[in-house]
Amino acid sequence: MGFVLFFLLGGLMVASALGVVLTSHPVRSTLCLVVTLFLLAVFFIFLDADFVAALQVVVYAGAIMVVFLFVIMLLNLQVDPHERTPPSWRFFTLGGASVFVLAVLYLLRAAGTLLPGPGMQSAAPAGFGSIEAVGLRLYTQYLLQFEITGLLMLAGVIGAVVLAKRRVG
Amino acid sequence: MDSLWFELAVSTIKALVVLLMVLQLAGMLGWVERKGSALIQDRIGANRASIFGFAGAGLINTMMADPLKFLTKEDLIPEGVDHLLHTLAPAVHLFPALVTFAVIPFGDVLVIGDHTINLQVAPLNVGILFILAMVSLGVYGVVLGGWASNNRWSLLGGIRGSAQMISYELAMGLALVAMIMTYGTLDLQAMVRGQGGHFLGFIPAWGIWYQPLAFIIFLCAGIAESKRVPFDLPESESELVSGFFTEYSGTKHLMFFMTDFVEVILVAGLVTTLFFGGWQVPFLARDGFHFPGGAELLLPNVVVAVLQIVSFSVKVLFFCWLQIMIRWTLPRFRYDQLMRLGWIGLLPLGFLNAIVTAVVILAWGQH
Amino acid sequence: MVPTTYYVGLSAILFAIGVIGVLVRRNAIVMFLSIELMLNAANLAFVAFARQQQSVDGQVIVFFVMTVAAAEAAVGLAIIIAVFRHRQTINADELRLLRW
Repeated sequence: MGFVLFFLLGGLMVASALGVVLTSHPVRSTLCLVVTLFLLAVFFIFLDADFVAALQVVVYAGAIMVVFLFVIMLLNLQVDPHERTPPSWRFFTLGGASVFVLAVLYLLRAAGTLLPGPGMQSAAPAGFGSIEAVGLRLYTQYLLQFEITGLLMLAGVIGAVVLAKRRVG
Repeated sequence: MDSLWFELAVSTIKALVVLLMVLQLAGMLGWVERKGSALIQDRIGANRASIFGFAGAGLINTMMADPLKFLTKEDLIPEGVDHLLHTLAPAVHLFPALVTFAVIPFGDVLVIGDHTINLQVAPLNVGILFILAMVSLGVYGVVLGGWASNNRWSLLGGIRGSAQMISYELAMGLALVAMIMTYGTLDLQAMVRGQGGHFLGFIPAWGIWYQPLAFIIFLCAGIAESKRVPFDLPESESELVSGFFTEYSGTKHLMFFMTDFVEVILVAGLVTTLFFGGWQVPFLARDGFHFPGGAELLLPNVVVAVLQIVSFSVKVLFFCWLQIMIRWTLPRFRYDQLMRLGWIGLLPLGFLNAIVTAVVILAWGQH
Repeated sequence: MVPTTYYVGLSAILFAIGVIGVLVRRNAIVMFLSIELMLNAANLAFVAFARQQQSVDGQVIVFFVMTVAAAEAAVGLAIIIAVFRHRQTINADELRLLRW
């Protein structure tokens, strides 16, 4: 049962990821990525990561992708007729990526049983991946990183405003 | 296996009931809006739709005339639009609004035989995060609707609308954070159950006594999210015709239009659940009434469930009516006033509320 | 139960698609979207391993990755807007002032 669902959703996810890369229209590309992110959130729920799944939808699919759409609309980007990749480039990229994927899959098949930890078969402890568990870790063990991330956000906001400002006069 | 089929059947029935009730109520709210606005503006309003002179107090209008009119209109698609996006936008706009009703509880439990049915379509234990996620997804309908219209005024309405929605999402989230802190849970059903006690023996312990400021912030943010007056600049009927959904006609326009009313019901439902006790009836526990004087009235579970559903419906209807009254009373905000209210007004208030709530909880313990 | 290796394999495929996107497409925004795809592939791997080891640390890392991605998207898009204002194009082949 789990396998069927996994391959179904995984196939959809790969299809929409290919849609991101292959579509010529930027808006359709962005929407394909939104679908991919949504499916990823579903996978996160399968992996008992409820809080991260909700964050994925609220932050990634709901805010970051909206900013992408905003920029595309602001600049009124249409299909670009001048965009072309040299054929040799395409061949080498595709070849390199396939080699990478095949190597990783082979490694996983060979070393899959050597992964440390209890494994997927054992049930997760109660409250695993809930907002309490993640929040507790964030505010106790990773507090410094959390605060630095806050500073990073501030720098990002200021940087974005300064860079996109229209110089008057 | 038998229990699995039973669960599936129960879930399907619950989902269907909620969906149909919401859609029906959305249609009727269209009529309530027209008659309500007419009463406020001292005119008669729409009263021409009738069958053989029988108007049925607006039922003919809502159930037959209005929907038939929308469904039978020609589906005009302007030239040069992206057909996929043009067709997708209304569906993307309606979907999150409808799906959010899955986590709103409309009753406590219904006991049939030895099965206990939780009267909530999806008993998620991260209910509030689900609501925030669906509200975030609601922005796409506006953005795509404006973009796919190949019309620069629709685009303007779409960009304004989405900027407004993402600004007020933050204020809404902060109001919800304060409620989460007060009740210590993200599950809406648990929150409603937590509002069952009484102060001084007879005042129901509803959320609004704990979080009045959060109620105001949430109501304002909710009305802004559903883009109703006074926040309806994306639509601005007197300026942009219909704003981001000008170029839609027929069924697509019906979907956009209906989402407006579905979101009214959604905001009403959320406000009821969080701040006004949801399905709680004063003095009603699971087995019957327990009055403060000591008198008791024991009732079977079915009657209790029906009373709770009725109580929930009455409260939701009250807040729908309230939003419609607000619409026809207040003028529209200018765009910079709107943004200022969201970022410089509601957001700091939300932060202040959250901090004060946190301090109070630390000092006095939870709830 | 689906073994962890399947999730990591899916993550590798998504990552490879992202890399193809960055290298093959010349539109700056689509390159950006492919970078976000790569980040999400890494997120999937992190969450899968977090479940494998039953440690919430993996999900905390995902939280940080998301915030970094948000900041990076904001600044990157602001740069794209600024570049577009000057050059009226965001095709990476036509932005070659700094090339030798």
